[in-house]
Amino acid sequence: MNRYSAFGLLRGALNGQKHWQPAWRDPEPKAHYDIIIIGGGGHGLATAYYLAKVHGLRNIAVLEKGWIGGGNTGRNTTIVRSNYRLKPLHDLFEFGLKLWHNLSDELNYNVMFSPRGAMFLGHSDADMVKLAERGDAMRCDGIDADLMTRDEVAKLEPLLDMSRNARFPIEGGLIQRRGGTARHDAVAWGYARGADSFGVDIIQKCEVNGFIRDGDAVVGVETTRGRIGAGRVGICVAGHSGHVAGLAGLKLPIESQTLQAMVTEGVKPMINSVIMSQSLHCYISQSDKGGIVFGGDPDNWPSYAQRGHPMVMEGAIAQGLALVPALSRLRMVRTWSGVTDMSFDGSPIIGETPVRNLYLNGGWCYGGFKATPASGWTYAHTLATGSPHALNAPFSLERFMTGATIDETGTGPMPNSR
Amino acid sequence: MMLINCPHCGPRAQSEFIYERTVDSVPPAGVSNDKAMQTLFTRGNPRGVDEEIWRHTFGCRAWMVVTRHRVTNGISHVRAVGPEALP
Repeated sequence: MNRYSAFGLLRGALNGQKHWQPAWRDPEPKAHYDIIIIGGGGHGLATAYYLAKVHGLRNIAVLEKGWIGGGNTGRNTTIVRSNYRLKPLHDLFEFGLKLWHNLSDELNYNVMFSPRGAMFLGHSDADMVKLAERGDAMRCDGIDADLMTRDEVAKLEPLLDMSRNARFPIEGGLIQRRGGTARHDAVAWGYARGADSFGVDIIQKCEVNGFIRDGDAVVGVETTRGRIGAGRVGICVAGHSGHVAGLAGLKLPIESQTLQAMVTEGVKPMINSVIMSQSLHCYISQSDKGGIVFGGDPDNWPSYAQRGHPMVMEGAIAQGLALVPALSRLRMVRTWSGVTDMSFDGSPIIGETPVRNLYLNGGWCYGGFKATPASGWTYAHTLATGSPHALNAPFSLERFMTGATIDETGTGPMPNSR
Repeated sequence: MMLINCPHCGPRAQSEFIYERTVDSVPPAGVSNDKAMQTLFTRGNPRGVDEEIWRHTFGCRAWMVVTRHRVTNGISHVRAVGPEALP
C-alpha cells in the first residue's frame, strides 16, 4: 500500500499527480476462503481489516451485492458518541469511541473525525433528572459526561430558541465532549484500503442468494458470481439481516424499518456541536461542507423500501425548526433513507447462530455507524476464534431466549415503539 | 404515504393508522412457553409480502390485517379482524 502523506502529495505535484493508484483491487472470487463476510459496509470492512491486522488471517473475502459503503454506511447522520445508560453498551461503544480517536492515523486515511461534542437537550425537570442519571452512569464507567445549565447550552448553541415560551423549552443538557461526527464514506474506504493491503478480497456486485450446507454446518455461499466455499461465514448486512438469515432458515429478533435523513444547502458555521433531543427524537449537526444534517424517528412500520414517507420527514423537520428557528430559511437539498435492522431490545446482536460456522452481526437499530470500529473489532475476534470477545459476549443471539436482554428504553419486543 | 382501504371506513390516509405487529407474531392461546417466546421474539421479516396488523387509531379504531409488500409498499388485501369480522 502506498502511504498517503503531505510529502507524497508534494512529490506528486512535480509529475502531475500521476502516481495515484486505485485504493483497492477488484479481484475475481477464489474457490474457497477461510472466512467470508457478507456485506461490504463499514462494519464488514472493519471486520475484515481487524481479522487481517489483529488476528493475522489473510484468506478472507468481503462480498457486497452493490458497491462498498452504499448501504447504511453512506446513509446515516455520521454521529459518533458513547453516551448510553447500560454497562454492556458503555463498554462496547466506549471501546469504539477510543478507536475513533486514532482511526485516521491507524488507517492512514482521513476519516475527518471531529470531536465537537454530542449534546442531549433536556426540556423539563424530569428530562434533567434523567440526563443527570445517565451522566452519572457514564462517569461511573469512566466515560466523560457534563451536565449543562441552561446558560451553558445557550452559550454553546446561540441559535437555539431559549425563550420561555418556546415550543420545546430548554432547561439544560448533557454533553459528551469526546463525541462528534465523522466522514461516513471515508470510514468504509479507509477500512477497505487497509483490508485490501493485507490481501483481503473485496468483491463487489456479488449478491449472496443461498448457503451451501453440509449437515448442520455452513460450508460456503451461493452467489451471483458462483459458488464460494468458506470455513466460516459472517453475516453483516444491517437492514437485510432478516433476509440473509432467512436463506439459512433462521428467524431473527429483528424487524427492518426505514430511517430517513436529510441535508440542507451549505452555509457558514452555525451549529457547533451535535444537538440531540431524546424526548423529541431529533438530531441536528453541521457537516464540514456546511450542510445542516437532520435526522428523526424511523418510519414505524416494517419496510425494505430505502425510501421514506414525507409525513415522518415533516415531523423531524418541525422539531428541528422549533429548536433552531433560523433553520427555516434554509433550503433542503437532499433526503434519503436506509433500511435499519431494529432488534427487539434496541441493542445489537454479535455472535454465533444456531447454524454451525455461521455468525451474525446485526440488529444495530438506528445506531450502527458510531460502533463501526468496535463492531469490526469484536466480530473479527468472534470469527477468528469461534467464540465472542468479552465486549460482545452480552450481545449474543441467545439473550432473547434466556431473557438477558439489554433493553435501554425498557420497551420490550416492540421495535416499532422504540 | 400509503392509502389503506379500511374495511369499515373505505380508503383513508396512512397517517390515520398505527402499525402494531405481524400476524405471525401473535402466540395462539395455550401454546408452550418456548413456542410463545419464539413467536413473540422472532419475525420472518421477509423482503416481500407479509401480513401485518394495523389499527385505524384516528378513525374507527378497529384492528385489521393488511397484506403488504415491504419493498413496493403495494397493499394487496385488507381484512377486518375482531368481533366485527365474525359472521
